[in-house]
Amino acid sequence: MAGLVTRPGVRDLPERQGRAVASRGTARMPHRRRPRGLALPLLGLTPFAAYVVLFLAIPTALAVATGFFTKGGAPTLDNVVGLFTPTVLGTFVSSAWISALTAVLGAVIGALVCYALLGLPEEGVIRRTVEAGSSVLAQFGGIMLAFAFIATIGVQGVLTVWLKGIGVDIFADGVWIYQVPGLIPVYLYFQVPLMVITFLPAMEGLKVQWAEANATLGGTRLGYWTRIAAPVLAPSFAGTLLLLFANAFSSYATAAALISQGAQIVPLQIRSALRSETVLGRENMAGALALGMVVVMVVVMSLYSVLQRRTSRWQR
Amino acid sequence: MSARSGAVAIGAQPGRVARIVILGVVGLAFAVPVLAMVQFTFRAGLAGGLTLSHWTGLVDADAGRTYRSLFQAVGNSGVLVLVTVAIVLVVLLPTMVLVHLRFRRFERVLEIVCIVPITVPAIVLVVGLAPVYGVVVRVLGGSVWTLAFAYGITVLPYAYRAIRSSMDAVDLTTLTEAARTLSAGWPAIMVRVIVPVLRRGILAAAFIAVAVVLGEFTIASLLNRVNLQTALLQVSQSDPYVAVIFALLALALAFVLLLSIGRLGAAPRARAPRARKAPA
Repeated sequence: MAGLVTRPGVRDLPERQGRAVASRGTARMPHRRRPRGLALPLLGLTPFAAYVVLFLAIPTALAVATGFFTKGGAPTLDNVVGLFTPTVLGTFVSSAWISALTAVLGAVIGALVCYALLGLPEEGVIRRTVEAGSSVLAQFGGIMLAFAFIATIGVQGVLTVWLKGIGVDIFADGVWIYQVPGLIPVYLYFQVPLMVITFLPAMEGLKVQWAEANATLGGTRLGYWTRIAAPVLAPSFAGTLLLLFANAFSSYATAAALISQGAQIVPLQIRSALRSETVLGRENMAGALALGMVVVMVVVMSLYSVLQRRTSRWQR
Repeated sequence: MSARSGAVAIGAQPGRVARIVILGVVGLAFAVPVLAMVQFTFRAGLAGGLTLSHWTGLVDADAGRTYRSLFQAVGNSGVLVLVTVAIVLVVLLPTMVLVHLRFRRFERVLEIVCIVPITVPAIVLVVGLAPVYGVVVRVLGGSVWTLAFAYGITVLPYAYRAIRSSMDAVDLTTLTEAARTLSAGWPAIMVRVIVPVLRRGILAAAFIAVAVVLGEFTIASLLNRVNLQTALLQVSQSDPYVAVIFALLALALAFVLLLSIGRLGAAPRARAPRARKAPA
């Protein structure tokens, strides 16, 4: 490496240039490219870098930082302290439990679907339809999803009316669809498909030979699933569970369309803070709430990437 | 066939009944809301009864006037789709190629940057985007297309993965070196070597961008812009039937787009031998 660095003709960024040449091997016409140096290609990276700085780095930094300032620009900890008031903590708790519940239910149902798909030909109609349908529905958040559920289990929904016809009133204890519990079936509608598309590759990593070996050695079917498949799938399952949690935790549009009043979960609290319906008399509360969400998301996603690394071992 | 029934017998795969029960129950549960939406668009009001008028109303002579705001929002979303796809093709793609060919050691950094938007939810991003757009509006004006800058970021993880997976499948370095040996310049290499080789990933990235942009609500709504989704919510308060019809159409479009991504992925294995015999 050191020898390469001192080659003649390398002017700017000698070390990088040296390494780039070294990694490609020495046989390739070194004369042609060298004189131009790296300035021009590096310039090629600037549009993307500028774009990401302007529309990802700065907004994220602003979102997280504004929580530490007053509207006037003076530094304050009021907003961050505001995170620990009972009202705001309550929204974090309801966000967390609804995310956790829909993640667990979504993961279990999704894993069952993946199991049901095992052994079907990859090019077959069923596999294709389930995969395409899942990738659409995993993206199917927002307003349209809210419409679908209002049409199904809204006050005049198809299912509501039909169940009433056979004597079951799903809203006997009040209309819960426009409350936090109403989000459970709605969120499941994108959680299960997300589970299917992310967990299916792991399920397919199970080799039939392992089951054969198990059977040959006198193992039972239950033994195969609990003692071979489960440990292999565990990191992937846990990872996807975290992904589902993060997915529900950060989801805003569906809740916004269903719950038009109030701020029962964190994203809705950010909505009312942004619309300057002052939360608890604190300015820039949106920034502090954003900070709280980012902290949760970073923790969840780091755990996810750790588990992901363990998973990839079995997917070769 | 016998291999498969063997796999069932030793428990590696589900039996016929288990498969049918699971897929049937879950499939039904997922079909009901969509069917309910379809049924909803034929309802004749609270009294009951069915009508076609909500659908025919859309092609009426004065539909253009009645639903002007909605059609305008569809137009807005169309513009946003085009600009977002352009950002993916003009900003992300060349960068990925450049990093892959010349700056290998930045590849990991690029990947992390592209995955970050998953960790920063749109609802968080929008808090910081509000002041940024204050500046953007002053510099570029307040037209709706500027929103695509934010959408380019939300699309980044999906677009990156789509392009990356087709990049990993070919040896770009060797191909470009071969092209250079044959004295092709970089523009020619980009257009005639790299884009054709990566077309599947590029198409997939573009389709996912379309699906994401058509469904985006959070950023548009909180920055007070009008796109398809914000208009749908508004219209649903006065004419819920039309709102649901448009939602169904958008859903169908997304399904077709994503189904064709699946096709793109499956195409090479099925078609490769035939293509060799009779090149189109």
